[in-house]
Amino acid sequence: MSTATAVTGTASKGTAPKLKTSAMIASFADPGQKTASAPFGHALVKAAQENDKIVGLTADLGKYTDMHIFAQAFPERFFQMGMAEQLLFGAAAGFAETGLVPFASTYSVFAARRAYDFLCLDSAEPNLNVNIVGGLPGLTTGYGPSHQATEDMAIFRGMPNLTIVDPCDSIDIEQAVPQLAASEGPTYLRLLRGNVPTVLDEYGYTFELGKAKVLRGGNDVVFISSGLMTMRALQAAKALAEHNVDVAVVHTPTIKPFDAETVLAEINTDRLAVTLENHSVIGGLFETVASAVVTAGLGKKVVPVALPDEFLDAGALPTLHERYGLSVQRIVAKVLAELG
Amino acid sequence: MTATAEEAPMTAAQETMAPTTERVDNVSAAAYRIRHHALTMGEVQGQGYVGQALGAADMLAAVYADQLRFQAANPEWEGRDRFLLSTGHYAIGHYAALAEAGIVPVEELETYGSDDSRLPMSGMSTYTPGMEISGGSLGHGLTIAVGMALGLRYQGSTARVYNFLSDGELDEGSTWEAAMGAHHHQLGNLTAMVDINALQADGKTDTVLRTEPVTEKWESFGWYTQRVDGNNMAELLRAFDNAAAQAAAVGRPSVILCDTKVGRGVPLLEGREKAHFMRIEEHEWQQCREQLTAGYEGRASR
Repeated sequence: MSTATAVTGTASKGTAPKLKTSAMIASFADPGQKTASAPFGHALVKAAQENDKIVGLTADLGKYTDMHIFAQAFPERFFQMGMAEQLLFGAAAGFAETGLVPFASTYSVFAARRAYDFLCLDSAEPNLNVNIVGGLPGLTTGYGPSHQATEDMAIFRGMPNLTIVDPCDSIDIEQAVPQLAASEGPTYLRLLRGNVPTVLDEYGYTFELGKAKVLRGGNDVVFISSGLMTMRALQAAKALAEHNVDVAVVHTPTIKPFDAETVLAEINTDRLAVTLENHSVIGGLFETVASAVVTAGLGKKVVPVALPDEFLDAGALPTLHERYGLSVQRIVAKVLAELG
Repeated sequence: MTATAEEAPMTAAQETMAPTTERVDNVSAAAYRIRHHALTMGEVQGQGYVGQALGAADMLAAVYADQLRFQAANPEWEGRDRFLLSTGHYAIGHYAALAEAGIVPVEELETYGSDDSRLPMSGMSTYTPGMEISGGSLGHGLTIAVGMALGLRYQGSTARVYNFLSDGELDEGSTWEAAMGAHHHQLGNLTAMVDINALQADGKTDTVLRTEPVTEKWESFGWYTQRVDGNNMAELLRAFDNAAAQAAAVGRPSVILCDTKVGRGVPLLEGREKAHFMRIEEHEWQQCREQLTAGYEGRASR
């Protein structure tokens, strides 16, 4: 896999030339969008300057999870474990047993599918401060099901003690890293890598582990979103304003433990409620919200914007986001259809 | 050794000469007591992993009565050597060794596998003092040991890490990921000890998944490899001494391959059809104890 920037395909949908799989491979940022380079790597360096217990590990994906920034800054605190994910996470638990605070990176598919047993028993059961950093969460690569972690949150939500964070942008990542290091127990960060959009600085927002935040108010519709879909939710809210639809956006980057109080207060109105996530409709944000709604006894319809329960196609991300409903255009169309 | 363990950490032996008769006798006596403890716990459940505990008792005695630096009154002592039990079902043997070491009270062994006991059937760090990891999902121990050895070395600790694993765990790919990792990172502070009892859950190891040639495998992975009769205390101590002599912060990891006999020390069980989960009748427990004692005293008087 190349880190070369290959952002293409800015033409309007329907008339664009066929896009290449390498489109958005280094970044899903829109052309011209404000971005920050490798926010995770730089945030980890900054956290490590203040906390000498932090160490970094990877399984032959340092360059592709922005861990290389940390490795360059702290070579003696970086440990290459080879393309061996079971060893990566077993060893991460061993580091934590000695009082260190490991951040261990690989792709989300390998963490969730291949090394689950090692995360579950070696780190979660003894509640160790092991921080899992998973690249390519949901649909952020066009490589097909081998690399697309469309069900990572569904897999991980069942693991007791595990905190799950799905950040929207560079601000979320920069602010989350020191909080993950400081929090007790294991965590899973859905990494956005490379040139990551900077979005939330315009909303007076700060990341607080375990908290959902209302980014904007709106009278007709309320979006509950996480991850990069909060960026799309904000864009869709602006687009819907042109249709005289007033949309509120609630960003809930911590999926577990879930801030049901804030989210339910926003849902328990007569507005149309929509969840938006870069994940399968099974077992992610939608079902987290749905279970909170049912548990609270709210008879409220919730509309999911999520990936289908399918193995997804390979191809260019702009094409795939359009195909599977994550694009702004598809969100707007869905909301207008729901509103009739 | 247990009496001194409470006052001061024990130091690993450095000589590579044959161990003295006195030392062999002392550790053999510890192994004998560990075997009796295991029978006590086995009787509580009426069945269980007694065969494995008896087979591994000499390895566990060598570690806890001779090699490991620990403070019985303070199992969390930072400078301790770490002993990681990967095979959770061997907990019965490990608890017996922890009792012998003074970390768990002997009288508590009777709670083995009972509700609310600190001594569950499968060993977990969250339940038992002196238990470093939650084993049981096999093939995990050596991966954790690699991280622990790296973490200790990075922090300047001279503590050593021992991982007890079984020959069945050599089926697991993760064991070999860890074997490569330990060699790559030159973890001279890590010693693996493999109980080769040639028995797995579904039958003999060579009928379940052939692991031999075991010695050549470890050697080819770059480990300092020794293979001994795991029920011969003089051989065991010699091997541990050799491992200790070449132990270093940066160096070759060490493995001691121990051929053991399931049920060792109790002829009634040694001769029984080998089973992962051995059934022992109610009236047989006393017979087991008598055979164990007679065998030990017979050898001691020779």
